[in-house]
Amino acid sequence: MTARERIAGNVANYVDERTGAAAWMKKNLNKVFPDHWSFLLGEIALYSFIILLLSGTFLTFWFDPSQREVVYEGSYQPLSGLKMSAAYASTLHISFEVRGGLLMRQIHHWAALFFMVAIVVHLLRVYFTGAFRKPREFNWIIGVGLLTLGIVEGFLGYSLPDDLLSGTGIRIAEAIIQAVPVVGTYLAFFAFGGAFPGEAFIPRIFTVHVLLLPGIFLALITVHLMLVWYQKHTQYPGPGRTEKNVVGYPLFPVYMAKAGGFFFVVFGVTTFIAAVASINPIWLYGPYTPGQISAGSQPDWYMGWLDGLVRMAPPLETYLFGYTISWNILIPGLIIPGLMFTGLALYPFIESWITGDKREHHLLDRPRNVPNRTATGAMALTFTLVALINGGNDIIAQQFDLSINQIMWFSRIGIIVLPPIAFVVTKRICISLQRADRELVLHGKETGRLVRLAHGEFIEVHEELTPEKKWLLTSHEQSGPLELPEIDKAGVRRTDAIRNKIRSRMSVANAEVAPKVSAQDLKEIEHH
Amino acid sequence: MAHEIEAIQDPGIPPHVHRKADTDPVAAKQAERQVAILFLLSAFGTILFIVSYIAIPDDIFVFIPVMGSTNAHQLFLGLGLAFSLFFIGMGAIHWAKTLMPDTEVTVQRHEFRSAEEDRDELVKTAKEGAAAAGLGRRSLIKRSLGLSLGLVGLSPLLLLRDLGPLPGDSLTKTSWKAGTRLVTDPGERPIKPEDLEVGAVAQVLPAMLPGQDHRTLANIGKDAVLLIRLRPEEFNLDAERLSWTHEGIIAFSKICSHMGCAVALYEQQTKHLLCPCHQSTFDVTRAAKVLFGPAARPLPQLALALDSEGYLVAKQPFNEPVGPSFWERSS
Repeated sequence: MTARERIAGNVANYVDERTGAAAWMKKNLNKVFPDHWSFLLGEIALYSFIILLLSGTFLTFWFDPSQREVVYEGSYQPLSGLKMSAAYASTLHISFEVRGGLLMRQIHHWAALFFMVAIVVHLLRVYFTGAFRKPREFNWIIGVGLLTLGIVEGFLGYSLPDDLLSGTGIRIAEAIIQAVPVVGTYLAFFAFGGAFPGEAFIPRIFTVHVLLLPGIFLALITVHLMLVWYQKHTQYPGPGRTEKNVVGYPLFPVYMAKAGGFFFVVFGVTTFIAAVASINPIWLYGPYTPGQISAGSQPDWYMGWLDGLVRMAPPLETYLFGYTISWNILIPGLIIPGLMFTGLALYPFIESWITGDKREHHLLDRPRNVPNRTATGAMALTFTLVALINGGNDIIAQQFDLSINQIMWFSRIGIIVLPPIAFVVTKRICISLQRADRELVLHGKETGRLVRLAHGEFIEVHEELTPEKKWLLTSHEQSGPLELPEIDKAGVRRTDAIRNKIRSRMSVANAEVAPKVSAQDLKEIEHH
Repeated sequence: MAHEIEAIQDPGIPPHVHRKADTDPVAAKQAERQVAILFLLSAFGTILFIVSYIAIPDDIFVFIPVMGSTNAHQLFLGLGLAFSLFFIGMGAIHWAKTLMPDTEVTVQRHEFRSAEEDRDELVKTAKEGAAAAGLGRRSLIKRSLGLSLGLVGLSPLLLLRDLGPLPGDSLTKTSWKAGTRLVTDPGERPIKPEDLEVGAVAQVLPAMLPGQDHRTLANIGKDAVLLIRLRPEEFNLDAERLSWTHEGIIAFSKICSHMGCAVALYEQQTKHLLCPCHQSTFDVTRAAKVLFGPAARPLPQLALALDSEGYLVAKQPFNEPVGPSFWERSS
């Protein structure tokens, strides 16, 4: 036994005698994880969160979350002698006087953008591959919660420096709060400690941004990962992979090295971008004052779709018995986002209601094999994208020499017309791809080699697929629609007939596919 | 040929293909060297970071194509840190991919559902516990507990009351009174009509009261006004609104009636005011009527007059609340 082994053994013994961790470690060091690039998306989100904690902690050492008025006397000459809040002045101090401060600010901001990108793309991966199905519905809901909190956390974060741009964002947030019927005015006065902007808001959101929300994030992320661990990761279909097994590599040493290494890669890339690409140059915007604004005021991208919805809202207000209801703010600012996030959170339950499928699923779907789900996703994405485009309508108008009115009308009509079109087109594409798969299995791959037969006929040589590829293209399930008769067995019309009819219709639409290759098909081709 | 044709079967996991480094010691040695080089590049990054921190002054700017002029100190600090982090990661990943075992392992999943007897046992325990506590029988306890749990949440809610004052009439009032002088922002100078040429636009605030030496942002957020001068014949106003202008000078609240942004973009050709936040567009010649965008109301107009010394003053306070709508707003 070498000295090193002896020391390691003693440490392990010390810990195990006090915790009994050895049994757990023995089992879990060999935990198997399947390998696929798309499983790294959630990891990017996790690592960005760690980068945010590290860089954010650094920033708090100098940031002064106060709206107390100070006169700027720092090294950035263009703002010298100007009145501003201590929050803005200390952000300038971090940017110009603290060595590496600007770099850390930029790492923090870029990491926040990547965090949100990674969450959204991870969510799309989980959605389009059906990874949210039983038993993973809890984790889906936690994920939707993390997305929602991420948007709020990001907004609060870029509001803290109290520059002209972020102050404008807070002004809009205040108007949304104020638009809530009955209690809105009171809520706004409580949140801001009086009339907008007051001196209370930034210290308050600072506490929420650095303590409350990160704490909730930490708790939710822990549960999210524990569930992934306990339920074992999903895997893509392929030879040797079933609903009952996991095929992959052991955690120790392969995944520890890969995942640990990947953390450093994500951190390195974020730092590189932060070093070369300037972001949120708050010294160019100037301190916030409600009487001024800069043209091209834009929120960060994950808020852009919300701003786009607000921009395209029709100018509707109702005045009733001396009270005002601002539909032009309530609908795009609260009602539509509320419906979107509720729908997103409930999606796994809606789908299982339509399919009647209550079984566990550990093999992922290829998006083409579930046309309805894929098309629904494309529809929701299109809706959000049109809103996002409209959120940048002023910039687009300027860049492409269009009028804002044209883009606004495109968005207003497009947000209603384009999502259904996206649904139909995506569904057709999915079914076409299924047909292409079927052709491949039945007739093999086109090789591009033309052969002239003895009697003069030209044919293209088709190469038969490997058994692995054939299995991949045919292993998915195709179950027909639910049978939900309007009249029950006793000959009585069902009491929940309308709900039943909706479910039946959706189930039929959901089951619309190109039939996969069956034994019968293979028999026919053999007889050819 | 009379073999039975069946549906396509799972061929099972394909045979493992060894990497070069698994079989060839020379390749393995080469991979080891590559990993070491990656780790050394990381060390180089840290040295670059330290050198930049100490040696590069923070007032030198360098030009990066596309990105523009960048502070050299921050740039090289960032590059050093990026290198040091990135190459540790690449080293570890390369190590894992070339030298660590890459044989795929298959393990079985377990069912999440507990065994039937465990579930029955749990139901039994829960029922017994509930019965022992008398949850079913002692409805007085159950109801009073429900009441107290419902009430206990009120205390922390009530504690939040002191977060801010009640709105009162704060949203409906501004600092503008009859006779308040308009002063430039910045500069605090009173304005005579001849200071403003036709086509000009100026941001103004109400003159500070005697003894007042300071404006709060909350005041600016309600008081900011835009002054625009047109030719009087360009107006298309009713008699009352026309009487609120003075020699072609018209004044509107600068705070958008939609969400409170500053309506700062004035288009001289079309005489439109545009809010840069959500593109609500207002027609100056028709008392800031909404032409486009989500705003539902015109910008409130401030009635103008001249005082005895010939300076522009407010004829009366705003006749409606300025800024975004709120529940208690009456129209």
